[in-house]
Amino acid sequence: MFSRGKYGRGVASIRLVGVSKHFGDVKAVDNVSLDIADREFMILLGPSGCGKSTLLRTIAGLEDPTGGEVYIGDRVVNDVLPKDRDVAMVFQSYALYPHKSVRANIEFPLKVRGVDKVERAEAANQAAEVLGLTPYLDRKPGALSGGQRQRVALARAIVRRPAVFCMDEPLSNLDAKLRAETRAEIVALHHRLEATFVYVTHDQVEAMTMGTRIAVMRDGVIEQVGSPQEVYDTPASVFVAQFIGTPPMNIFPAGALEPGNLLVGGRPEDTTITRDQGVAATVVLVEHLGHEAQVVCAVDDHTRAIVRMNPSDDLPRNGDTVRLNVPVEARHRFDSASGTRVD
Amino acid sequence: MSGATKRRWRDVPLAAVMLGPSLVVLVAFVLYPLGRAVWLGQQRCNVQATKCRSVGWGQYTDVLMSNEFQSAVWVTVKFALITVPVGLALGIGLAVLADKHMRHIGFFRTVFSSTVATSVAVASLMWLFLLQPSVGVLANIGWLNDIFPVIKEPGLLNDKGTALSSVAISSIWANLGFTFIIITAGLQGIPRELQESAFVDGAGGWRRFTNVTLPLLGPTLLFTTVVLTSRAFQAYGEIDLLTNGGPVPQQSTTTVTYLIYGSSSIIKSNEGLKAAVAVLLFVILLGLSALQFRGLGKRVHYGS
Amino acid sequence: MALDTTPKGWRSWVRYALLIVMAIIILFPIYTTIVASLKPGNRVLRNPLVPDSFTLDVLGDAWTQGRLGRYLWNSAVVAVIVTAFQLITSIASAYAFSFLRFPLKRFFFAIFMATLLVPFEVTLLINRRTVDSLGWLNTYQGLAVPFLATAFGTFLLRQVFMQIPKDLNEAASMDGLGHWGFMREVAVPLVRPTLGALGLFSFLASWNQYLWPTMITTEDDMNTIQSGLRLLRSSDLDKPNLIMAGTIIAAVPILVVLVVFQRQLVRGLTAGAVKG
Repeated sequence: MFSRGKYGRGVASIRLVGVSKHFGDVKAVDNVSLDIADREFMILLGPSGCGKSTLLRTIAGLEDPTGGEVYIGDRVVNDVLPKDRDVAMVFQSYALYPHKSVRANIEFPLKVRGVDKVERAEAANQAAEVLGLTPYLDRKPGALSGGQRQRVALARAIVRRPAVFCMDEPLSNLDAKLRAETRAEIVALHHRLEATFVYVTHDQVEAMTMGTRIAVMRDGVIEQVGSPQEVYDTPASVFVAQFIGTPPMNIFPAGALEPGNLLVGGRPEDTTITRDQGVAATVVLVEHLGHEAQVVCAVDDHTRAIVRMNPSDDLPRNGDTVRLNVPVEARHRFDSASGTRVD
Repeated sequence: MSGATKRRWRDVPLAAVMLGPSLVVLVAFVLYPLGRAVWLGQQRCNVQATKCRSVGWGQYTDVLMSNEFQSAVWVTVKFALITVPVGLALGIGLAVLADKHMRHIGFFRTVFSSTVATSVAVASLMWLFLLQPSVGVLANIGWLNDIFPVIKEPGLLNDKGTALSSVAISSIWANLGFTFIIITAGLQGIPRELQESAFVDGAGGWRRFTNVTLPLLGPTLLFTTVVLTSRAFQAYGEIDLLTNGGPVPQQSTTTVTYLIYGSSSIIKSNEGLKAAVAVLLFVILLGLSALQFRGLGKRVHYGS
Repeated sequence: MALDTTPKGWRSWVRYALLIVMAIIILFPIYTTIVASLKPGNRVLRNPLVPDSFTLDVLGDAWTQGRLGRYLWNSAVVAVIVTAFQLITSIASAYAFSFLRFPLKRFFFAIFMATLLVPFEVTLLINRRTVDSLGWLNTYQGLAVPFLATAFGTFLLRQVFMQIPKDLNEAASMDGLGHWGFMREVAVPLVRPTLGALGLFSFLASWNQYLWPTMITTEDDMNTIQSGLRLLRSSDLDKPNLIMAGTIIAAVPILVVLVVFQRQLVRGLTAGAVKG
C-alpha cells in the first residue's frame, strides 16, 4: 500500500563522508562518516548539544555542511534542495500548520507536488487510517491532544512515501505512557513502510528499543556505532558505557579492582557487595523500587557506584562500609587517559 | 561556488523585489524630503519658491531665537499640557466608571467610544457650531451668557484668554473615544486574580485602584500618553478650522505645525523659513519621544 | 464574602448618575449638530437645543451644493488604494526582513525604522514640491502615492512573522514549498488578525488625513471629504445648518466602517503599542 518511490527515487541508503558543520568556532558536527543501509532504523543518540540534530538536519537538507559529502542512494545531495531529496521530516514540535485542518495538513506535501485532488484525498485517508486519525480529519491541530498532533505529523510524513524518514525527538513532548505506546507504533510503521529511518533522541530507552543500530554522539563526533546489544555489551568508551543503561555503568578508579592504570567498569547488575574482596565504599542511599533495590555507594569523593539487589536480600544500611566487586568476565576495561575501551 | 555561498545569495533577487517598492516610497517621500528640508532650512526663497539661495546655517539659529518660533513652541507646549493630562484623566475615569457588570453598560460604552468615528474636521466643525458666537449654540443660550459674557462677546474662540483652551476641549473630546477604548482594553487585560488577592489582603476599592489597577495599566497609559502627546504636537486641523491661529495679533493658537502650514501664518510665503521650523519641530519631537520612553519606561510594569 | 464588582444599592445609583451625566456631555456636540441639520435654515439659531421642526432638505442641500458625494468618493478611492498598497508592501518587506537571507539586511532594516522617527510635518513641505513636479497636483496619485508604503506596517508584521516557529518554515521547505508558496499558504494566513488590524488602521489614517489633501488640492473635483469640509466651512458660514448637515454626512461612512470592523478596532488602535 505504501510502496515507496512513488513520488521520489526510491533509493534509500545514506552515506556520510567526513561531514562537518561549524557555526563560527563551534564544531557542531566534526568530520563524521557514517553508512546507513537501506531500510535501516538508525538512531542518533547523545546528550543535548552533541550535534545529533545538526547531523540529521544535514541529511534532510536543512543545514549546509561546512565540509564533506552527503550521499542519498548513489548521488551527492549537498546541493540538492530538501524537497528534492526524497526525505520527510518529523519535527519535535510537530510543525503542523495551525490554520489548516488535519486533512489539509496531511495532504499538503502532495498538493505542493501537484498531485491531483482525488489521489490526494485517497492518500490522506489511507495515512489517517493507518494512524487512527480518521475521526479527526476535519479538526484543526489546535483542537487535538499532543499525541494526536504527533500522529498528524507522522501522517504528513508518510503520505509522501519518501525513501527516508528523518525524526527529530518526535516523542519528547509526550507523557511517559503515551511515549511508550507511540514507540511501538513507530517501530511497526518502520516495518510496514520499508523505508530508512534516521531517528534522533537523547533517550537511551528509545534508542535501545527502537533502533536496528545506534550511533552514539558526543561533542560533534560519533563515539560508537553498533546494534543496541553491541553498544550495551561492549561500549567503546567510558562515555558510551555511562550514557547507555539505567542506572549507568559503574566505573572504578584505576588500581581499585585491578593493578595497573586501567579504569574498570561493571554494570550495576554485575556489581556485587562482598565481604572481603574488592573496593571499599560507603553506602549513601538505599532506594526501594519494588521489584528491586538500588544501593548507591560512594567509592571516593568523585566516584559513585550503584548495585542492583533483590529486595528480599539482606540489604546494607546508610553509612555501612561495604566492599564492591565485579566478576572478571563481566568487567569492562578502559584506558584511563583517553577513556577508550581496551580489550 | 560552494553550496553555502550559493544559498546566501539565492534570496537576493527575491529580496530586491519584495523590499524595492517600500524602499522607493520611503526614500522618495520620507528620507529625501527630510534631507531636502534640512538643506532648504538654510536657504531664502522668493515668494513663488522658484529661486532659492543659501543664506547660511545661521538661519536655524535665527529661527530658534525668533519671537514667532518661541511663541509657537510655547503655545504648542501649553496645548499639550492641557490636552494630554485632561484627556488621560477623563479616559481613565470613564473606563473605570464603565468597567462594571451593570445593565445597559454596553450602551454607555458605545457612547463613550463614539468620538473615535469623528475625524478632526468633523469634530472641529461640531465644536465650531457650539462655540462661534455668530452661529453657535452656546451663544444662544441666554442664562449661560449671563454667567459667562465671553461666550457672546467676543466668543470663546476669539478671546485670547480662552481660545487655546477651547480648541483643546474640542481636541480632548475628539480623542476621548480612542483613549476610552484603549484604556478599557487595558483594564480588561488585568488578571482578576490580582484584584482578588488584593481584596483578600484587605485592600478597599480605592487602594485596589491605586495599588493594582494603575500600576498594571502602566504600558497602556504609556502608549496612550505617547499617542496623545504626538497628536498634540502635530495638531493642525482643529486650529485651521476653529481659530486660524488667532485671535490676532497675539496668535495665541499658532502652534508650531500651524506656523509651518497655516494659511494665516506669518511665514506662509517663505519656504526656507518653513523648512527651518519643520526641521526644528522634528528635533523637538525626537527629543520628546526619547524623553518619554526613558522617563516613563522606567516606571512602567510590563506584564509577563 | 467574595469580591463582587457589581455595584448594588445607592452605589449603583451614583454610578448610573455619573454615567448618564458623562454620556450627556459627550453626546452634546453630536446632538446639537443633528438637531441643527434637521431644522430649516431660518430657525437654526432659535432654541438650538430643541428639535422643534424637522426637515431633510438641509441634508439634501448639503449633499448637492457641497458636492459631498464627490468628496466621499475621492476619500474612499484614496483610502482603499492606500490600504491595499500598504498591506501589500508591508507584507512583502516584512517577509523579506523575516525570512530571506541577503547582505546588508540590518542596514536596510535600520533605514526603514529611521523613517518612523520622521513626522510628516517635516516631509510634506518637500513632498508637495515633488508631487507638483511630477504633475500630480489634484490627482489620486498625488493623494495616495506618498503613503503607499509604511515602515510601521513593516515593523508590525515583522514582529508577528518572527513569531512563526522556525520548524514550520522548515517543514514547508521539506514539503517542497518555496518562498512565494510559504508566504501565501502559511505566513499570511497565520497573521490574518494582525493584517485586519493594520488594514483598519491604514484605512482610518488615510481617511482622516487633513493637512495633505488641503495642500495638494486646488480643484474642487479632487477634494477629499476632509478638505471638502474645510471648503464648506470657509464658504458657507452664513448657513451653519448646511455645514452641520455636511458634518453628519461626512461622519456616517466611517461610523459604518467601524461598526462592520468592530472586532479589528481595538487591535487596530493599539497596533502602535507593540512592545519593542
